[in-house]
Amino acid sequence: MFYREAGIFKTSYAADQALFRIPIDKLFVIGLIAFAFIVIPMIGNEYWLGSILIPTLILSIAALGLNILTGYCGQLSLGTGAFMAAGAFMAYKFATNLEGMPIILVILLGGLSAAAIGVAFGLPSLRIKGFYLAVTTLAAQFFLLWLFQKVPWFVNYSMSGVPTAPPREAFGFLVTGAEASPTARYIFVLGFTVVLGLLASNLVRGRIGRMWMAIRDMDIAAELIGIKPLQTKLSAFAVSSFYCGVAGALWSFCYINTVEASAFDINRSFTVLFMVIIGGLGSILGAFLGAFFIFLLPIFLNSAPGWFGLSIASETIAHVEFMTFGALIVFFLIVEPAGLARLWGITKEKLRLWPFPY
Amino acid sequence: MTLPFEVWFFFEVVLNGLFTGTMYSLVALGFVLIFKASGVFNFAQGIMVLFAALNFVGFIEMGLHPLLAGAITVAIMIALAYAVEGLVLRHLVNQAPIILFMSTIGIAFFLEGFGEFIWGGDVHALDVGIPNGAWFVGDMMIQQFDVSQAIIAAVLVAALAAFFTYTRIGRALRAVADDHQAALSVGIPLNQIWVIVWAVAGIVALVAGIIWGARLGVQFSLSIIALKALPVLILGGFTSVPGAIIGGLIIGTGEKLAEIYGAPAFEELVKATTGVDSISFGGVEEWFAYVLAMIFLFFRPQGLFGDRIIERV
Repeated sequence: MFYREAGIFKTSYAADQALFRIPIDKLFVIGLIAFAFIVIPMIGNEYWLGSILIPTLILSIAALGLNILTGYCGQLSLGTGAFMAAGAFMAYKFATNLEGMPIILVILLGGLSAAAIGVAFGLPSLRIKGFYLAVTTLAAQFFLLWLFQKVPWFVNYSMSGVPTAPPREAFGFLVTGAEASPTARYIFVLGFTVVLGLLASNLVRGRIGRMWMAIRDMDIAAELIGIKPLQTKLSAFAVSSFYCGVAGALWSFCYINTVEASAFDINRSFTVLFMVIIGGLGSILGAFLGAFFIFLLPIFLNSAPGWFGLSIASETIAHVEFMTFGALIVFFLIVEPAGLARLWGITKEKLRLWPFPY
Repeated sequence: MTLPFEVWFFFEVVLNGLFTGTMYSLVALGFVLIFKASGVFNFAQGIMVLFAALNFVGFIEMGLHPLLAGAITVAIMIALAYAVEGLVLRHLVNQAPIILFMSTIGIAFFLEGFGEFIWGGDVHALDVGIPNGAWFVGDMMIQQFDVSQAIIAAVLVAALAAFFTYTRIGRALRAVADDHQAALSVGIPLNQIWVIVWAVAGIVALVAGIIWGARLGVQFSLSIIALKALPVLILGGFTSVPGAIIGGLIIGTGEKLAEIYGAPAFEELVKATTGVDSISFGGVEEWFAYVLAMIFLFFRPQGLFGDRIIERV
């Protein structure tokens, strides 16, 4: 009744191919972005902004990156954490060695460095497919983290080996480092998330996105109709690693405030992979839904017993958390293998007919 | 004999690597069994090693005889196989491989939490009476522990090979591994076969868990070492039992050699060329296996003994 396409007439090709073809979609997204930029900083407290929204938004960027590679181009990767680390460490080098470089540029350069590294580790994808490729991306995961830990050049020969993120300003506000206010950091991260999210949704419905999907669906057939596997796969690795690199740089600069390899270990890679699968492979919306679901679930499980007046040892909670997490993943895969994004799609279908379903 | 000490030391390193390799092979074996029979890439194999060892050590600490504890643990692993088939795999028939892979990661998380929920997260010492002395051949030291472990692994592989070759179930398993549909059409019940391979993989995990637990203590890091079975697998080929064994030996030896000889040589090189004197490249073991496997796959994408990958449009 409220959500329908009937009566919306498109009079140009541009309107027909617009990002949001239904006005209510457009209004909803604009409203959501406005809400996130204006209302949330006013009502959110330090805990919500600093410990929940900032990391979730950053992980959404990483999930977008992995979704481009795995969901759209069909190349399974278990090395997300390493590409995030590459972004974080290279951004740190740019920030400290080139004083006065704008912080936005620093983070983008971190992402570009990660993209270059991603292309190097994407090269095997030309010969290797499926799970074989997944295991070779583990090489990136273990080798890169080892490299960042062992070579002191990456941390400017700091004694502790764990340097703090340098404080930098953007538009007159301090946005990185421990002294920056959570609100400023939140707005900064949100800006990146919105821009990269819109960029991703435009990329995947354009020429390059269709090339990725053709390779995913059947690479030999795609090659026969003139899509070059080399450029297509490597471009997916590059874009994906760029997103992961930006996410890693933001994680170090705006969330944990230190540049350390242990923040990007194999578990980080798996968390992001879970987000992509639970959210929905090959869906931009899914990356966001998955990031929120996977990041908030442990927090919910941790605090839920407290609401009912139960007190359980924290160690037991950690174990139960693991069990619930594992069981929920299996449950979701059985009920809806296409993920949360598909559930949202079903809801939209229902809304279209509501209140007169047939 | 009159060989110089360095040569003996080299032999010792190689031998050490081979012994480590047999451990990787044991975990990789479990992967191969499940992958061949059901096409599921079972990420939970590493956790199954930990889970089996936790149960075993838990029952022993309760005062049970090791044999009885072993028997109960085997029963638990078989029950686990039934649970995995009935609760997870049965509902995911015909899904994409990545979905099945993800579901085994879910199983891994669940088992990790479940095992530690019941038995606690501490490090458990495990002593099953494997002799712990050392022999000397020339200047080379051989740990008796390593030798017994290699013998156990060899016996296990021989038993599995006999099981696959001479029993009715073994023949059915090989048929399923060859061609699912053909096996179904001659009346082999697929679901039952899956339960059997998961149970066998569980028992292999128990053996690996006991040996590793006796060496390192039963603790969570066992499951991380078990990740090393993945490069072993792709080196040997996903579908090949001999591949899993030879892959394990190559990786075990390679990473020990890289750690003992490669890293110091590289350190010297870096110090000589850049003048930096406080640099250390220890810990090459962490990633060497993966990089070796990656380079190897460039030249042979299906691994050493894997089935040739033929693609049709």
